[in-house]
Amino acid sequence: MVNIAIEQDHIRPPQPPGLIKWIKENLFSSIFNTVLTILLIPLISYLLFAVFRWVFFAAEWRAVTQFPLLYAVGQYPRDQIWRVGIILSGLFLFLGISWGRWGGLLKSISFTAGLIMLVTSLLPVQHPALDLNMRLYLGSNLLTILVGYLLGSKTAIKNTHIFIGWLLVPVCGIVLLAGFEASELIPDVSTTLWGGLLVTILLAAGGILLSFPLGIALAFGRRSSLPVVSAFSTVFIETIRGVPLVTILFMFSIILALFLPVESRIDRLVRALMAVTVFSAAYSAENIRGGLQAVPLGQIEAAKALGMGNFKTTIFIVLPQALRAVLPAIVGQFISLFKDTTLVVIIGINDFLGIGRSIINSDPEFVQMRTEVYIFMAVVYWIFSYLMSLASRRMEAAMGTSNNM
Amino acid sequence: MAEEPIIYCKNVHKWYDDFHALRGIDMDVFLGEVIVIFGPSGSGKSTFIRTINRLEEHQEGQIVVDGIELSHDVRNIEQIRTETGMVFQQFNLFPHLSVLQNITLAPIWVRKWPKDKAETVAMELLELVGIPEQALKFPGNLSGGQQQRVAIARALAMQPKIMLFDEPTSALDPEMIKEVLDTMTDLAESGMTMIVVTHEMGFARAVADRLYFFDEGLIVESGTPEEIYSNPQEERTKLFLSQIIQH
Repeated sequence: MVNIAIEQDHIRPPQPPGLIKWIKENLFSSIFNTVLTILLIPLISYLLFAVFRWVFFAAEWRAVTQFPLLYAVGQYPRDQIWRVGIILSGLFLFLGISWGRWGGLLKSISFTAGLIMLVTSLLPVQHPALDLNMRLYLGSNLLTILVGYLLGSKTAIKNTHIFIGWLLVPVCGIVLLAGFEASELIPDVSTTLWGGLLVTILLAAGGILLSFPLGIALAFGRRSSLPVVSAFSTVFIETIRGVPLVTILFMFSIILALFLPVESRIDRLVRALMAVTVFSAAYSAENIRGGLQAVPLGQIEAAKALGMGNFKTTIFIVLPQALRAVLPAIVGQFISLFKDTTLVVIIGINDFLGIGRSIINSDPEFVQMRTEVYIFMAVVYWIFSYLMSLASRRMEAAMGTSNNM
Repeated sequence: MAEEPIIYCKNVHKWYDDFHALRGIDMDVFLGEVIVIFGPSGSGKSTFIRTINRLEEHQEGQIVVDGIELSHDVRNIEQIRTETGMVFQQFNLFPHLSVLQNITLAPIWVRKWPKDKAETVAMELLELVGIPEQALKFPGNLSGGQQQRVAIARALAMQPKIMLFDEPTSALDPEMIKEVLDTMTDLAESGMTMIVVTHEMGFARAVADRLYFFDEGLIVESGTPEEIYSNPQEERTKLFLSQIIQH
């Protein structure tokens, strides 16, 4: 038999090293570039200097530094804040485990999170929120991540168990945060007190996790050969996409409450989550539908010819290929969902942005510091969005190297 | 003949809207036979082979495969599909799965084999088609000929009684055709029942028990390779053979 594949050792020519070479090639390669470089260097230096001076000398960060817990969890009772700590530790444990198992981006996240904890716990400042207990707790998270790492790398925990853990921590976490009416240890905490970054992350993560399967279902629904299912999905998707998120939020928070009897009222935060989920699902559905259409018919025929039924063909062949094709679009949409959660402030939920605004409005002195507050919040939103985008790029790269489609 | 045919087709008709693609096909295939179907494009040969595992539905006539009649009953269709392997012109390997996973997927999830058994069988089959070292690669990293051999191994992994080949070498570069035909020849010699749509007349002459010439949805002529090559009865067969053998 003819073997066509010829093994070749590509010897890469040695890369010319050195900063000078790089500068020469990229900054001074032509007269135009040289002029541009000479003009831009002072301009950029000046801008950097101005930013530096403003951040460290001119800006007044009191409206940010005075209320770290308010930004983090809103009005959540301070004596119950340990519940948030437990959830955070749980997440750090599984972050560590996942780092030990898969490395990559998770390693960078673990290091960043650990570094932030360490620096914060050692900050040489007097702050009522940063007492000894808080410092000890923050420091202990370093240990938690490390224990997780050892568990992930040295023991034979099954991958499925790690995934289940990732789902279990937030679910148990929400129960823990809400508490029980009858319980002495964890009395119930009304969601009207929840706020800050906690609510933002809850809405975004909940919305992403719930809207993804719903979006897949709607995408298949729209392609269904059953007229009722297809019509329902189409009407649903087009209605939601034709209406701004604000309207949907109002609909869920006010109109839904009007129709339901008072005693069966759904919690305000849950209603907001439903609105965000439905909104995101409609957009995901259209993205995923595009991916489904991109799967060649031959793939489906090949699966069927092997005796696989519709369900198995969908699960093993169609869906993985469709999702991979639309991964960048889906992540982009999740990033906008994360930022769109700021709209819940109009139905009276104090998310991260809402807390910032209420702090600004609480004191005429803070009104003067609104620039600082908004910049701080922008940076926090940027960090989360960038992490998502980074994760998506890593996922694409991992899929790209495993094969060329 | 006392023996029952493993594939029995009687008066099979197929329409695409107004286009009458198959106009009454009769064919009996017996266990261990190798059938080659050839004919000009649009003659219905691919359509016909695809009705046998019901990738295409026939509207009239009767198709019985291994004692099961093809009807709208989904369970019948799925059972027939597990008994018939199919190899496509465009390979249709699953690009998101490794070679090994491509082969073991259906045995594990349709035949319900344990993973170990499925992988052992898959490696044996890769050995058979001559590329065991490619097991962990992805289809995108293989040559066309290698991909088609993986596709053959994937179909064989279900341990089918019948193999259908729909122009298996038409999408290949010339230098890769031989490796695929060699694999198919080995398979035929091992006693597999095969229906092959192909224009590789050298292969047909060496391996086929019977040849069928299709044109315009009809069987124009059939017979042993010897009969068809040395003494074709129909003008259309003569013309077509002269066209494809010229080169």
